[in-house]
Amino acid sequence: MAQQIFAYILHKDGAADDTALELITAARALNPDSSITALVAGSGTELDAVCRNIASSFDEVWKIDSDAFAYVNAEVVRPALVRILPKESIVLIPHEHFGMDLAPGLSIKLGAAYLPDVFGFEGIENGKLKAVREEYLGQVSTHVLCDMSKGAVITVRPGSFKAVESRTKEAPVVDKTAEALAGGVPGDARRYLEIVAAEIGDVDITKSDVLVSVGRGIEDQDNLEIVFDLAKAMGADVSCSRPIVDAKWLEKSRQVGTSGQTVKPKVYLALGISGAFQHLGGIKGAPFIIAVNKNPKAPIFQAADVGIVDDILDFIPELTDRINEIKG
Amino acid sequence: MEILVCIKRVPDTSENEIEVNRDGTDIERDDLVYSVNEWDNYAVEEAIQLRDKVGGSVTVVTVGDEEGEEVVRREMAMGADQGILLSDEAFEGSDGKGIAAILKAEVEKGKYDLILTGAQADDGAGQVGGMLAAMLDRPFASLVNLIEVVDDKKIKVGREIAGGNQEMNEIDLPCVLSIQTGINEPRYVGIRGIRKVASLEIPIHAAKDLGIAAESIGESAARTKRLDYFVAEPGEGAEILEGSTEEIIDKLIELLKAKGGIK
Repeated sequence: MAQQIFAYILHKDGAADDTALELITAARALNPDSSITALVAGSGTELDAVCRNIASSFDEVWKIDSDAFAYVNAEVVRPALVRILPKESIVLIPHEHFGMDLAPGLSIKLGAAYLPDVFGFEGIENGKLKAVREEYLGQVSTHVLCDMSKGAVITVRPGSFKAVESRTKEAPVVDKTAEALAGGVPGDARRYLEIVAAEIGDVDITKSDVLVSVGRGIEDQDNLEIVFDLAKAMGADVSCSRPIVDAKWLEKSRQVGTSGQTVKPKVYLALGISGAFQHLGGIKGAPFIIAVNKNPKAPIFQAADVGIVDDILDFIPELTDRINEIKG
Repeated sequence: MEILVCIKRVPDTSENEIEVNRDGTDIERDDLVYSVNEWDNYAVEEAIQLRDKVGGSVTVVTVGDEEGEEVVRREMAMGADQGILLSDEAFEGSDGKGIAAILKAEVEKGKYDLILTGAQADDGAGQVGGMLAAMLDRPFASLVNLIEVVDDKKIKVGREIAGGNQEMNEIDLPCVLSIQTGINEPRYVGIRGIRKVASLEIPIHAAKDLGIAAESIGESAARTKRLDYFVAEPGEGAEILEGSTEEIIDKLIELLKAKGGIK
């Protein structure tokens, strides 16, 4: 018998996250014959709305309903899942901040294998799953063989599988609350307090049409001046990748990426940015992307429309001068 | 506060272009510059700052061969009080769970209030901290970008979530946290600092010192196994502009104008 596949559903304000339907595609790529069960933890009417929202896409929906899940805390969700998941289950979880909290420990508690941040499946050989993932911030890829005989917890990179269209058949929603919370709400050693909203900076890059975005290739804080000069010449705003914010060279509000801002410009000029998936995840709306990087193998050249292999410290001032010359 | 920081020696991606070797069995390791994993370095800095605020000590530990000693010593030069190297042939080929099991054995030899790991390392898995916490039955928080000590029983932590927002939690000690970059500004370590700690002894603990059963670690216990390394097919990659810098710039400006990139 094929192992049962479960998909953990992220949701907000009564609507399922985009990753919910992506996990179905991932599950089918993993094993086209397996049934797919959605796992949804939440509370009250919002939870019910999510269940209705996804019921037409899954074979079955399992819900856990408690006030304790009004804001989901992985430390509480994990023991609840351990109580309801059958032995040797395969559990798919989106690889983002909640998944990274929940999944590694879940694999230990289930006695299952752990396969993180996967973006492709290439079949099952002798009971072992062949999957594709990346190392070294996307500079190289690897095939990984995973022994699923004792089950597996697999985190799936958001956006790497296309979302499926929903079907017409309504899947049954099974209330697993009693089983999941038998003996009370588990664990309170970590307590959620509040969300501190991102600070709004002097420039709102989410509204910019043209972004000049700078990464590690700028090498030094003092060199940022040439980036601002170029942006001024183009009439663009300056954004950046994570290392620039980590170094405190620019404010967090200028960071593009899954942990920063999601931007939707028309034109995106990536300067000295390697192009890790966390960065690319913050660029939406299919802009025209131009990448300048001295490493011809930088992953950014996969995402860009046009590439220039050069050192940005030489290239930027020349580009700025030429634009200013033309504009007179 | 007694703090343990788990660190890893990795090829430095800011110093090297990582390439696949000829037969795809490994990355090209000739002339690679190694350093302490960037995330771990932030974790050590955070531990040192916490110790300087509330007292206690910082121990750094790594699993690896004798070359692992170099990153342990570097973090001691930064200000960690002790270093430990966990090294044994039996550890080779361990997957994330194996590494967590080795670290668990070392954790149980001490009395640590706080255990820190980097949020991820060279393999981008981000797994060891969460696994270690689960094995120890201690609470865990990932992607931590703020730590405030409340009292000797609990701390407040901020987690980096989507959109630049921060999720605040209170968490009981002892606990395990994985640290995100940007939580602090790691101090610079010069040659002189490293010389100062050059003669300090770094104990080496092997499987028998830790009382680890051989079947729970190493290649034979690993449930995930890397088959190869490869570079993804270029596919629909970028059109690379060629020519002299002048020609490239003229082509680029034309494109920018056409796409509305120059106002």
